Amino acid sequence: MKYSSEYRDPELAKGLVTAIAREVKGYSGVMTLMEVCGTHTMSIYQHGIRSLLPPQIRLISGPGCPVCVTPIGFVDQAIAYARQPGTIIATFGDMVRVPGSTSSLLREQAGGAQVRIVYSPLDAVALAEKNPEKKVIFLGVGFETTTPTVAGSIVTAKNQGLKNYFVLGAHKTIPTPMAVLTSDPELKVDGYLCPAHVSTVIGADAYRPLAEQHHVPCVVTGFEPLDMLRGIQMLAKQVVAGEARVEIEYSRIVKAEGNQKAQALLAEVFEPCDTPWRGIGVIPKSGLKIREAYAAFDAERQLPAEVEEPQEHQGCLCGEILKGKVVPKECPLFRKACTPENPVGACMVSSEGTCAAEYKYGC
Amino acid sequence: MCLAVPMKVAEIFENTAICEVDGVRREASLMMLDNVVVGDYVLLHAGFAIEKIDPEEAVKTLEVFREVLDAGLLPE
Repeated sequence: MKYSSEYRDPELAKGLVTAIAREVKGYSGVMTLMEVCGTHTMSIYQHGIRSLLPPQIRLISGPGCPVCVTPIGFVDQAIAYARQPGTIIATFGDMVRVPGSTSSLLREQAGGAQVRIVYSPLDAVALAEKNPEKKVIFLGVGFETTTPTVAGSIVTAKNQGLKNYFVLGAHKTIPTPMAVLTSDPELKVDGYLCPAHVSTVIGADAYRPLAEQHHVPCVVTGFEPLDMLRGIQMLAKQVVAGEARVEIEYSRIVKAEGNQKAQALLAEVFEPCDTPWRGIGVIPKSGLKIREAYAAFDAERQLPAEVEEPQEHQGCLCGEILKGKVVPKECPLFRKACTPENPVGACMVSSEGTCAAEYKYGC
Repeated sequence: MCLAVPMKVAEIFENTAICEVDGVRREASLMMLDNVVVGDYVLLHAGFAIEKIDPEEAVKTLEVFREVLDAGLLPE
């Protein structure tokens, strides 16, 4: 077992495709199933999942790409820090190309700024240790899968007595915007394919309010193609039966209670806060900020910066795309002014953005 | 961004594991997991092992896929 290729068997996929068609046979409407994870977005395109589904099932992507939902002001602030002498910006790769109001980290790097791409926040801590005369600022962007790793980096930096490691945070939580989107009358979501690895940390029980109070079925689904098809089948069955329960397809990893040690690490360093989402606006208690006890590592509190007034790009429909209301082809900039080489909006930058996935795999 | 890779634990030093997949080796912090032993499969995300893979559940899921396939071969 490698716990990956076994879940890509085309023969087994045929069985699941037949089963999905049987679940919805006789269902007169069209059900809208939303995923809220960039890795699901990619998997749907990569494996051509949409082409395998009957016309009664419509799959849409929600605000599941962390880079895409990060407001432009955050990018501007990172750029302002990058321009300060003696500063190293450490970040996951996706953020580097995201356009700010008038520049990007890539452009600043070309102009001499120190911008380093890291695989792990712990690599950023190591960078701070190796460069004691410099300030290392890690760009903390991500959902509940990633935030505990950032918490782990802050605890590690504290234990090592580092004074030059900082985090500029835009951490977000996923169940809160799901509830907001569920209440949007324009967007009738019939079921959620819940994210695999966010749920690894927070646990499947985190979606119970969605199922119980909003009456929307939820299935925690893995990222491999067979997982995706099985998750869709389970969700379709609930929708047809008019049920709303939380089920776990990805049971080899996800538990109802999640990873409590990871949750404890996250809660040690972070606390809930209101935060803005690109395209959606401020959602109360949907973000995570660094607690007072760890304020010494918070770039926002410790390091002043002159940030330009944020300007959204004209004509870009990222905001509507993130809510699942518009598909990339309906944006006037898509494939014209906005391409992966010259992205206008964040959804085209991140490899898991809906526009980038549509550009690469769509026809 | 939430991509994570299943890897096999090859060695453990204090709170760090060396994990392997297809000949690739990578360090993983064990800060978020208890009771990890050499030979376990873990899910790696951004330099941290975020969960252990349950081998029994993994097999059960594959069995369910096979049952669905068998059911699909039967006429309705």
